[in-house]
Amino acid sequence: MLETYIRSRLAEKKILLMTHIVIGYPTLEISMEIVRTMVAAGVDLMELQIPFSEPIADGPVILKANQQALANGVTVGQCLDFGRRVARQFPIPFLYMTYYNILFKHGVDRFADDMLEAGLQGAIVPDLPPEEAADYLDAMSRNELSPIFIYSPTTSEARMNTIARVADGFVYCVARKGVTGDQTEFSRQIGDYLGRCREATHLPLALGFGVKDKTDVDFLTGKADIAVIGSQTLRVVENQGIGAMGQFIRQVVGG
Amino acid sequence: MIKRGYYGNFGGAFLPEILVATFDELEGVYNDARNDPRFWHDYELLMSSYSCRPTPITYAQNLTSHFGGARIFIKREDLNHTGAHKANNVMGQGLLVKRMGKTRVIAETGAGQHGVATATMAARFGFDCTIYMGEVDVERQRPNVFWMEQLGATVVPVTDGSRILKDAINEAFRDWVTNMDSTHYVLGTACGPHPFPEMVSWFQSIIGKEARRQFMEREGRLPSRVFACVGGGSNAMGVFSGFFDDDVELVGVEAAGRGLDSGEHASRLCSNDASVGVAQGYKTYFLQDDDGQMKETHSIAAGLDYVGVSPILSDLKEKGRVRFEGATDREVIEALRLTMKKEGVIPALESAHAFARAFKEAPEMAADEIILINQSGRGDKDIFTIADAFDDPKWKRFIVEKAKQYHA
Repeated sequence: MLETYIRSRLAEKKILLMTHIVIGYPTLEISMEIVRTMVAAGVDLMELQIPFSEPIADGPVILKANQQALANGVTVGQCLDFGRRVARQFPIPFLYMTYYNILFKHGVDRFADDMLEAGLQGAIVPDLPPEEAADYLDAMSRNELSPIFIYSPTTSEARMNTIARVADGFVYCVARKGVTGDQTEFSRQIGDYLGRCREATHLPLALGFGVKDKTDVDFLTGKADIAVIGSQTLRVVENQGIGAMGQFIRQVVGG
Repeated sequence: MIKRGYYGNFGGAFLPEILVATFDELEGVYNDARNDPRFWHDYELLMSSYSCRPTPITYAQNLTSHFGGARIFIKREDLNHTGAHKANNVMGQGLLVKRMGKTRVIAETGAGQHGVATATMAARFGFDCTIYMGEVDVERQRPNVFWMEQLGATVVPVTDGSRILKDAINEAFRDWVTNMDSTHYVLGTACGPHPFPEMVSWFQSIIGKEARRQFMEREGRLPSRVFACVGGGSNAMGVFSGFFDDDVELVGVEAAGRGLDSGEHASRLCSNDASVGVAQGYKTYFLQDDDGQMKETHSIAAGLDYVGVSPILSDLKEKGRVRFEGATDREVIEALRLTMKKEGVIPALESAHAFARAFKEAPEMAADEIILINQSGRGDKDIFTIADAFDDPKWKRFIVEKAKQYHA
């Protein structure tokens, strides 16, 4: 379902844009305002991060957002409710992004059932490799939800093939070593890496980690199907406000 | 797809994709070392010439008569170089780092002992070294920070989260996912993703192997009960592993902090406050809320102040092979005071948890029974915390005077 949507969008534009928010940062109300602004600015799909106290794959910007959201008292229940509201209100696919403990404590089956009921399309769980994902894969598949898996520059060809067999919707290609939000050098290496990813899977490819402006997105056009901007939109919101973030996205999306 | 590193329902390797290849490499080098008898031989040789192995067992005659029950022996891991069992693990991992050809090591530290041990290993083997330490722990363990820096390590205070051990672990992982080509993460305890729980326990098993042999040589029999404090669980795994196949009762002692009912403790296995979860790359009992967010923990001993626990110990608890108890901050201070007065040894605050519990049980035991307490580290590094806990007026005066000198 998610893949079909991505393919149909790709018939109209060369590269799609996925953005990311941390639910409840800085507040639930402002999170809603950010989603509204992003959708209006032309974002094609969005990751909604359910905050976790130990986000080991995230860099300082998203880490602080996780902590602040939790300090504000945001609960998993509120995050699921938030997902339900945005999925009903806005016409783009939404994915949850979170760490496995959130699903595990909620009950993996129950989490997937709640996602389906809320109208979410899939999930990205960065600390859940396929080896540990049997319950999750069953639950997602039963509900026709897309488990998004991750490729990295250190992933071997054989492992990419293995991951491709369980992945659905698209594959999230991490641009480089490190955590979210650091600088990425968009060079020929990234092109070669995306070429390797392309050979391993027929699924659309998203590229994230360090994508920060239109130049980066232009570089990725023709190489990846989806550009992911995460930390950078948070930085723009923090430094210049939501309005500026909307303009920033329109500029990235526009020709 | 093969699930790796499970002990019953616990363990595993919940890794970000970027680290999978690094863990494959580590597991390969570790398995090679384990299957190579020369490796263990070289390791023992290194520990006998660079650290103080074998560490003795000390018969605590005065404590024994004081309690009038079982005879009490102490395994002296405090006599290791840098003053704790942590040396066993870091030197072992250092040998693996050499085999992998890496040039930089990073580590987390709570009490600072693992950080100091890693810094000595890095100096000895010529590795660059960065230590992550929660800001709260930097404040309460300043002497160890001083030593790490003198040994050439960079100490990075971690200001995220609750600013203690778990946050230092997160930050070390963030460094590792960036620098894994040159860098090995010397995880300090029997936690984290596979192969760390098994690998760290293997290096620490040198404690149990020695203790078992020492009892057979000296007493011709094994102890009836072995007590060890449990933070992450590496010293406990180390000493217990010598007795798994024997009729020996194994007791893990966790930090009961201000009491198990107070909510301010770090007891995962002896309280009802923990539940099974997945964080920091492995599945075990965590002190977490119903949403799966980790809770704040408390212990007078920084090295026990941790939300998770070795998955191997979680499994041993469920199987009933290890019994878990708690010791409160107050009981620990009393046990420490008594041990110093009666035996002239100075256990670390962490180790004093094992003493406190053993002292509760010793009087109930028969005179022909034997207790072994693992003194995982020495307490003189805790001088600021212990002096505060003892509320020692002369020490306070000294600090005030010393501060004046710096202002002069």
